[in-house]
Amino acid sequence: MTAQGRIVWVSGPAVRADGMADAKMYETVTVGDSKLVGEVIRLTGDVAFIQVYESTSGLKPGEPVIGTGNPLSVLLGPGIIGQLYDGIQRPLKELSKASGSFIGRGITTTPVDMEKTYHFVPVASNGDEVLPGNVIGTVQETDLIEHSIMVPPNHPGGKISNLVSEGDYNLETELATVEKDGENVPLKMYHKWPVRKPRPYNTRYDATVPLLTGQRVIDTFFPIAKGGTGSIPGAFGTGKTVTLHQIAKWANSQVVVYIGCGERGNEMTEVLVEFPHLKDPRSGKPLMDRTVLVANTSNMPVAAREASIYTGVTIAEYYRDMGKDVVLVADSTSRWAEALREMSGRLEEMPAEEGYPSYLASRLAEFYERAGRVRAAGSPDRDGSVTLIGAVSPSGGDFTEPVTTHTMRFIKTFWALDAKLAYSRHYPSINWMNSYSGYLGDIAKWWGENISEEWFGIRNEAYGILQREDTLKEIVKLLGPDALPDEEKLILEIARMVKIGLLQQNSFDDVDTYCSPEKQFKLLKLVVDFYKLGQQSLKEGAPLASIRELPVVTSLLKARMDIKDDEMPKLDQLESDMKEQFKNISGVKVTN
Amino acid sequence: MTTEGGVQYSKIAEIKGPLVVVDDVENAAFDELVEVETKDGERRLGKVLEVGNGKAIVQVFEGTTGLSISGTNAKFVGKVMEMPVSKEVLGRVFDGLGRPKDGLPDPIADQFIDINGEPMNPEQREYPKDFIQTGVSVIDGLITLVRGQKLPIFSGSGMSHNLLAAQIARQASVVGTDDDFAVVFAAIGVQYSEAEYFRKSLEESGALKRSVLFLNTADDPAIERIITPRVALTVAEYLAFELGMHVLVILTDMTNYAEALREISAAREEVPGRKGYPGYLYTDLSTLYERAGKLNGKKGSVTQVPILSMPSDDITHPIPDLTGYITEGQIVVGRDLFRQGVYPPINILMSLSRLMKDGIGEGSTRDDHSEIANQVYDAYSRAQEVRALAGIVGKAGLTEIDLKYMDVGDVFEKEFLSQATDENRTIEETLAILWKIVSKLPRNEITKIKDKFVDQYYQGE
Repeated sequence: MTAQGRIVWVSGPAVRADGMADAKMYETVTVGDSKLVGEVIRLTGDVAFIQVYESTSGLKPGEPVIGTGNPLSVLLGPGIIGQLYDGIQRPLKELSKASGSFIGRGITTTPVDMEKTYHFVPVASNGDEVLPGNVIGTVQETDLIEHSIMVPPNHPGGKISNLVSEGDYNLETELATVEKDGENVPLKMYHKWPVRKPRPYNTRYDATVPLLTGQRVIDTFFPIAKGGTGSIPGAFGTGKTVTLHQIAKWANSQVVVYIGCGERGNEMTEVLVEFPHLKDPRSGKPLMDRTVLVANTSNMPVAAREASIYTGVTIAEYYRDMGKDVVLVADSTSRWAEALREMSGRLEEMPAEEGYPSYLASRLAEFYERAGRVRAAGSPDRDGSVTLIGAVSPSGGDFTEPVTTHTMRFIKTFWALDAKLAYSRHYPSINWMNSYSGYLGDIAKWWGENISEEWFGIRNEAYGILQREDTLKEIVKLLGPDALPDEEKLILEIARMVKIGLLQQNSFDDVDTYCSPEKQFKLLKLVVDFYKLGQQSLKEGAPLASIRELPVVTSLLKARMDIKDDEMPKLDQLESDMKEQFKNISGVKVTN
Repeated sequence: MTTEGGVQYSKIAEIKGPLVVVDDVENAAFDELVEVETKDGERRLGKVLEVGNGKAIVQVFEGTTGLSISGTNAKFVGKVMEMPVSKEVLGRVFDGLGRPKDGLPDPIADQFIDINGEPMNPEQREYPKDFIQTGVSVIDGLITLVRGQKLPIFSGSGMSHNLLAAQIARQASVVGTDDDFAVVFAAIGVQYSEAEYFRKSLEESGALKRSVLFLNTADDPAIERIITPRVALTVAEYLAFELGMHVLVILTDMTNYAEALREISAAREEVPGRKGYPGYLYTDLSTLYERAGKLNGKKGSVTQVPILSMPSDDITHPIPDLTGYITEGQIVVGRDLFRQGVYPPINILMSLSRLMKDGIGEGSTRDDHSEIANQVYDAYSRAQEVRALAGIVGKAGLTEIDLKYMDVGDVFEKEFLSQATDENRTIEETLAILWKIVSKLPRNEITKIKDKFVDQYYQGE
């Protein structure tokens, strides 16, 4: 029995309806004559408190509210990749067909084209006993994505019969029936899953493989693991969105879910315009072939903003269950927290810090715990991961505000963006003193095995130089640069090289936008070698100025832009030039 | 604003601040327009903030002064607030609620449009990338404005933001064909003299006939300010997307808008966020700023230059803070430069145009634009560090290269930043000065520019 009630009160996105004794918590309902989508968030007697996902302008008491019997769910099946959804998985393209350039209300659409056919290749056979999660066949969703058709996790499983043969079918076709205790349950290419419920998996692993993003400050200094969690807080103008776009573009994952949660409309348009033209550096295919966008921009209804995070993470888990590495980027979790705050205020709940509800921390924890590298449920064995990266927009750039502080409790990689760096156009403005990565130790093993055994040592040496510089800078500020001996001045020089030549990266430069791990390591090693040679020259009496003015310095600083990933021999050339030039200033004997 | 028809109620339960609570209301809708009639027959406009259980909470735009519990009538009009629009609005002056203020009759309406607008579908937006030449070097060179962008001016009390905004409005209109450009100006609680300055400035440049003015001055009702930017943007959207014009919208001062919003929130006894502003300030501001943009298949564009004065010049104050998170950059007016008499006194290090990267380069400005701008940012930021250091250790304690950066800072402020209020520089002139600045540095300090550009434009030794 579904609930059928009437509106008694309206205020912004919050509606109260009576006659709702049959409604369930978190059930979706249709609200009013224009059939707006809403969700029950509190029940008192027969009065339901509903958050409405569309504008309630013009809604009146007395209009009907009808329950659907189902919690807020997403449709999972082929056709999701390449889409731009709103917060409740309505494709924005379909909405524009119904209401033009501006978003209308009460429009119903299906999340994917149910008529489109896909070429289904069965892997199961009639008579097989299947469990929830088992793969029964595959379809090619895009050039990049082979989509596994799985027995849904909420399906009882059982014995397969009537399995179709290889061929083209649409989403509504019954691919097979599964018999359990005398009951036949059909299997289709899609199923629905409630967004607030994490999808089950078999086992969870430690996150030890790096997610490579091609961004030097991330991969080399503050790496994140596949299946890990990261947060990127920063005041406005510090480059959060550009950094997140860079991760979405270049991360070595198979699927990217990008959630624009309460952010700018033009940023989603930018992704839509740019991604189809950008090529994945590994496969050479358009990036849009692996990307799903969920957009609930700041001026779209606030309740759907709250839902957009769950919609996105559920889609991410679905592709993880196929054995894929998925990166989910959420820009910005602060806007999601504000949506929680707004609804909490309308519910007249007792506020905690800065008006946020007391359950803010537990909601954040629940969200970030949906990350992980797992063995998926069912057979065959599939290992996949969901990496969660959330932007935080602290008010006034103050990292002690509630969303930032609570987020820090639940994530392991912290990329602190710094307004001062951004003001001097040091991008990405990730502050190397305040950022950290809890994955460094585990990931070092991967670099050691795949790139160079020296990686960890050299990385730490470079990081040590930055730390020394931080202390020395204080002295310079008080006493001027002449107060330092030459060895320490050299450290300042090297730190400058690390900052300009490595940490800074120009996202808008064709070459610099992505840096392969090999090039990252080589650039890092060149700078550290330069430091060692410089120290040696100083010892042998060479003046600091002669080191500073070596022509190789400018070449090193520009190598990130001038030398492409596939031109590694040029970096070797740079290395021998460097040694040669050092020899000339001090007659130092260079040994390898 | 037409208000024929509707249902009238006379049971007023409570009047507090800008709110009137009406009892025994049936069939009222959320957001509905309400006409409140005083005992003496004076009519004021309002809208429904909350409705249910027989009560409606109505926000009265023109204030509740003089209203009484008995004898006040509230007429629920049966629709949301709408603005009548047509091509005739060009050249007209309206009050903060969109009623004629120039003594002329209502313009004949072509359409009535809901002033709240609807969110643009991101899928239907066209990504903004058309360079607008403002003739102001610091903007064109380093904080480039593009059509469809929202780029606010963050200023402080008494500084020259109005001069700058007026200069942008005058000079931006010169480029391109004249008849498809329009200015929509909304004064939100500013002094009469400021509003008058804009009007005169537009009149002198001949742009007034292509402008629409909405004036809510400091002595007009505060709650009306909630409506002023909305009617202005409704007209702007109509001109842009129905008539195909490129519309520049200037909203000043957004701080007054946010304060009106706070007043209503306080009267409703809502849980406040920071500094007493409502928790939904971000969302509310976004429903204004996000109305800038371009749309697929439509010729026109809405470009917004909102102006806000930062209380105590504090950029972390909730109003500039939340604005900066929504807008595509910011132009920050600096107190120090203003004191030194520099015009326009823009602090470039704190300023930013997010859409600059797409509006510049080959085909729109010049291929070296992005890199020379980066290098100048870098150099000016070094110059500031050196100046700070010189303040402690004295000029004698500086290295030779430090002194060169000092020089860069001076040339930047005197020759590039400074410009007359009627000086309209071309982009070529602007870029030439940028190269002149960089040429003060030795070549090995130039790390952000490709060699081919340095070879072509660098004039140092």
